[in-house]
Amino acid sequence: MTESQPLLSARAVTKVFPGTVALDKVDFTLHAGEVHALLGENGAGKSTLIKCLTGAYRRDSGEIVLDGRAIDPRNTLEAQSFGIGTVYQEVNLLPNLSVAENLYLGHQPTRWGLITGAAMKAGARRTLSQYGLDIDVSRNLEEFSVAVQQVVAIARAVSLSGKVLILDEPTASLDAQEVRLLFDVVRSLKERGLGIVFISHFLDQVFEISDRITVLRNGRLVGTQMAAELDRVNLVNMMLGRELVEETRQSGRTERPDGPPLIRFSNFGRAGKIAPFDLDIRKGEVIGVAGLLGSGRTETAEVLFGVSAHDSGSAVEGEETLPLGTPRNAIAHGFGFCPEDRKSDGIIGDLSVRENIVLALQARLGWTRPVPAREQAAMAEEFIGRLDIRTPNAEKPVGQLSGGNQQKVILARWLATNPRFLILDEPTRGIDVGAHAEIIRLIEELCEQGMALLVISSELDELVAYSHRVIVVRDRHHVAELAGEDITTDNMVAAIAAPEREDA
Amino acid sequence: MSAAGHLLRRIAPQLVTLAATLLLIAIVFPGFFEISIANGRLYGSPIDILNRGAPVALLAIGMTLVIATKGIDLSVGAVMAICGAVAAAAITSGMGLVATLALALGAGLACGLWNGLLVSVLGIQPIVATLILMVAGRGIAQLITEGAILTFSNEGLIFIGSGAFFSVPMPVLIWVLAGALVALVVRRSALGMLIEAIGINRRASTLAGINARVLLIAVYMASGLCAALAGIIAAADIRGADANNAGLWLELDAILAVVIGGTSLLGGRFSILASLIGAMIIQAVNTGILLSGFPPEYNLIIKAAIILVILVMQSPAVRTTLIFLRRDKTSSQSETEPVVQ
Amino acid sequence: MNARTLPLLATLAIFLVAYAVCYAQFPAMLSTRVIGNLLTDNAFLGIVAVGMTFVILSGGIDLSVGSVIAFSGVFIAVLLRDTGLHPLIVFAVLLVVTTAFGAAMGAIIHGLEMPPFIVTLAGMFLARGMAYVFSIDSVPITHEFYDTLQDLYWLMPGKGRLTLIGGTMLVVFLAGIVVAHWTRFGTNVYALGGGAQTAHLMGVPVGRTTIAIYALSGFLAGLSGIVFSIYTSAGYSLATVGVELDAIAAVVIGGTLLTGGSGFVAGTLIGVLIMGLIQTYIIFDGTLSSWWTKILIGVLLFAFIALQKGLVWLTSRERRSPAGAR
Repeated sequence: MTESQPLLSARAVTKVFPGTVALDKVDFTLHAGEVHALLGENGAGKSTLIKCLTGAYRRDSGEIVLDGRAIDPRNTLEAQSFGIGTVYQEVNLLPNLSVAENLYLGHQPTRWGLITGAAMKAGARRTLSQYGLDIDVSRNLEEFSVAVQQVVAIARAVSLSGKVLILDEPTASLDAQEVRLLFDVVRSLKERGLGIVFISHFLDQVFEISDRITVLRNGRLVGTQMAAELDRVNLVNMMLGRELVEETRQSGRTERPDGPPLIRFSNFGRAGKIAPFDLDIRKGEVIGVAGLLGSGRTETAEVLFGVSAHDSGSAVEGEETLPLGTPRNAIAHGFGFCPEDRKSDGIIGDLSVRENIVLALQARLGWTRPVPAREQAAMAEEFIGRLDIRTPNAEKPVGQLSGGNQQKVILARWLATNPRFLILDEPTRGIDVGAHAEIIRLIEELCEQGMALLVISSELDELVAYSHRVIVVRDRHHVAELAGEDITTDNMVAAIAAPEREDA
Repeated sequence: MSAAGHLLRRIAPQLVTLAATLLLIAIVFPGFFEISIANGRLYGSPIDILNRGAPVALLAIGMTLVIATKGIDLSVGAVMAICGAVAAAAITSGMGLVATLALALGAGLACGLWNGLLVSVLGIQPIVATLILMVAGRGIAQLITEGAILTFSNEGLIFIGSGAFFSVPMPVLIWVLAGALVALVVRRSALGMLIEAIGINRRASTLAGINARVLLIAVYMASGLCAALAGIIAAADIRGADANNAGLWLELDAILAVVIGGTSLLGGRFSILASLIGAMIIQAVNTGILLSGFPPEYNLIIKAAIILVILVMQSPAVRTTLIFLRRDKTSSQSETEPVVQ
Repeated sequence: MNARTLPLLATLAIFLVAYAVCYAQFPAMLSTRVIGNLLTDNAFLGIVAVGMTFVILSGGIDLSVGSVIAFSGVFIAVLLRDTGLHPLIVFAVLLVVTTAFGAAMGAIIHGLEMPPFIVTLAGMFLARGMAYVFSIDSVPITHEFYDTLQDLYWLMPGKGRLTLIGGTMLVVFLAGIVVAHWTRFGTNVYALGGGAQTAHLMGVPVGRTTIAIYALSGFLAGLSGIVFSIYTSAGYSLATVGVELDAIAAVVIGGTLLTGGSGFVAGTLIGVLIMGLIQTYIIFDGTLSSWWTKILIGVLLFAFIALQKGLVWLTSRERRSPAGAR
């Protein structure tokens, strides 16, 4: 880059939440007329960094300089007035207002206190025509596709801020043509001299649009490189690659348990979630699922557990077809599922540790057969001891525990039902190192006891450590299956980084 | 022992409020606590409170369950009117007492089923869903009674409203028994925990295998059943079904009783016992004002004041401030959750 | 098909069909006399329903309005009886009181982050209680100015009378439409109903708007109380019980989404007229009983809630299908 002074620079930005360091002295610079991609898995710190830049969070230390001036935005509106605008994946506009009203909310042209609708609509049409959009601006925003809504959101952000535009996963729910429309808009803004921060987990899009790429991981800066000088494998390595240097195992476990499959899923899938796939699970086997965020890995788990019912294929146990399709059915057949988003999908915050642990077992037994109080207490004590759940007592509301302990409580909830097949979605995300190791040990222990497990993780070394087989998911398809000695981080990275799947 | 201690701590604020209210009345009216037995029935102001409070207490039982699921049932007053009308119509048409009661209770269950289906299957907000029956219900009741107060003289039915069993007035017996029964069923079975779970986090509960849909319907049906009992008592008490006034605005009193009982309108932890005490507090205030010679309508201002106080205590905004103040003092030792959003 | 205007069109269609049915049976119902009475009899409900429309559009609810109307009536009647103040001064004082009352409820709703339902429930009890404090009995109003007000009307062709209070309702509706669609405040109300969090992020002053909405509702409830006192020539603390439910029903039947964010003030006028029409029909018929009004309104409520639920479901399915086909 030839410019000497960046448009926006963040130096040593740190943000600490109780229990975790979300951002650890991260540097980030953005030049005018540049598209700068910010990459990382969930919990890597990208959204925390964005929130510090836009004033949604106050940083704990570090400095942010915009146009040579140190800024400290207290909220998003102030950041906007400084010149930093943001567009989120879930469009932050009002679906029940018209396109013109969304563009002008708070700044409507008025005469004698009354809004001049004609002037507003004309202005809105003029603004949107700069983005190549010719639509009826008096219609409600909700009547348009997400792509159009994104462009309207961008137009509003640019007209109100005008220096820096942050695009937080804007393409997540767009199809290929809509992405093209959006990228045309991004390129034209870049030519107008805006600095653009682009967050996405679609590598093809990142390479297509970005000038530079910054990767964050576990709250730390991994590196910033020119997009043209970086290849896909290196990029995936930066995002997911080896972290625990002392880890001994280099490839997956070879001693895959033999015997007939416990459950055989064939052509199992759901349109719009995950393409149909085949999967055999055996007793005592750990199946790893590798893939980037948004690749379809969580969707795989959700379709298996019936959170969203499968619309193709079947699950067969021996000769019998299992009627899956709802969580209740899955649980009745010995499934368990620890979801990725513990707060909204996992814990019942106001209930006690004990109640959270017995919940799934109780739901399966039905309300007429309560687990006796003494048994509940014993069960809670057993799991608190066995999983080393740090809580003063079993009656503490689970919402007041730390993330790692909440994760253990949800694990305990499923172990209490004695499942045959346990699905874990990112079981080690956002928890401290000690709890991390314990959960990995537990996975190995459960598998030795004959439980079948399916574990989704963005920590590839972790998958190497415990998996008998690894399924690689990309673009909502199961694209590769690795077994035994083939399970290496390099192989997984290669499969994840392979160019976009060609439809055969 | 510890469970009893736990319960006592939970209902302590309600008990203290009730005791204070009663004491206040007793100071002004020294004869307040006098109880006598005449004609095989207890008499006296305290008994009167228990007796008059029966409909609200019964409604509060069902309302507690509904509110615990993060819902609300605005229709209970209208359902009372419907069930009272059904009972009166059935008994005057020559049906037996048992059949009459069954029919009236069945009507309550049907109303609850309707509400439950709207909330659980159609996914309509509870306040909107139950508004429909709140508006239409009184019309339906009038349709049954054909606009007039439908009087009856069946001794058995009247006994439910004004009779006594071992000197205890029947309405008191009914609400105490119903409250004890529901509280026992809910706490001895797993229902209580499952209801609280769906009230706190419905999505996570469904993922844990709880059949939230069926539970929601059941809870509204329970509320309908309680309203039916209250409606029968109200009709039996005046020996007739008054479609216009039976249960009028009692849904608000029932909600108030639950809120006074400390169950949050945002769902979750509930206590039926505390709601029942809440109902008695409301009735004690009513009776107190009546005794003091003020027009009974004045207690509306007291109710408004009570709601305001509870609002401030339950407010998320106020709570966070309090927690922050407390946390500042004990921040060194407390292990708190990360508030990452 | 525009999902925004469909409920409004449905309301209009129901009104026209209902009127046609009435006309077919009782041709006299098309006279301006009947129309004039329809407007006069429902004036107080219409005025308060305008305020309720704003409240519901913003995603809230106001249970206090029925009590506030009763309070206003008693307040006016007692002040006119006991002081020598001119009614216009009393009106002004009253409107200040009810507006402040509404604003206070809005402030509590916003400040304490509590559901409007329970806050305005307290307001409902308080206003009714205050009405009792002023007077428990019905207080007649005998001021000569009231006679003047009651005699004001415009004789429509066909001998129908558009009375002062009927006309006031129409003016209030007109003003409500202007405020809802041609002011920043109006857009902010819709924005709150679309999502308070998003609205805040987009720079809508959420607190100020919330307070203003409930203040407006309080103001219109006060105005409705004045109109009701002119209509009945009395103030009675037991009057207008349950009017808040009628107002909510009128708003919903008028095509406004009870969850907020979508609807029209004009629809509420039609909603009020539909409810008035049902009553007029029952009076004309003479054999039908009054309870059919409540049942029919309940049925209409259900029909509109179901219609809107269906619309939401349809649009969300439409939006999901392209992603699914990918």
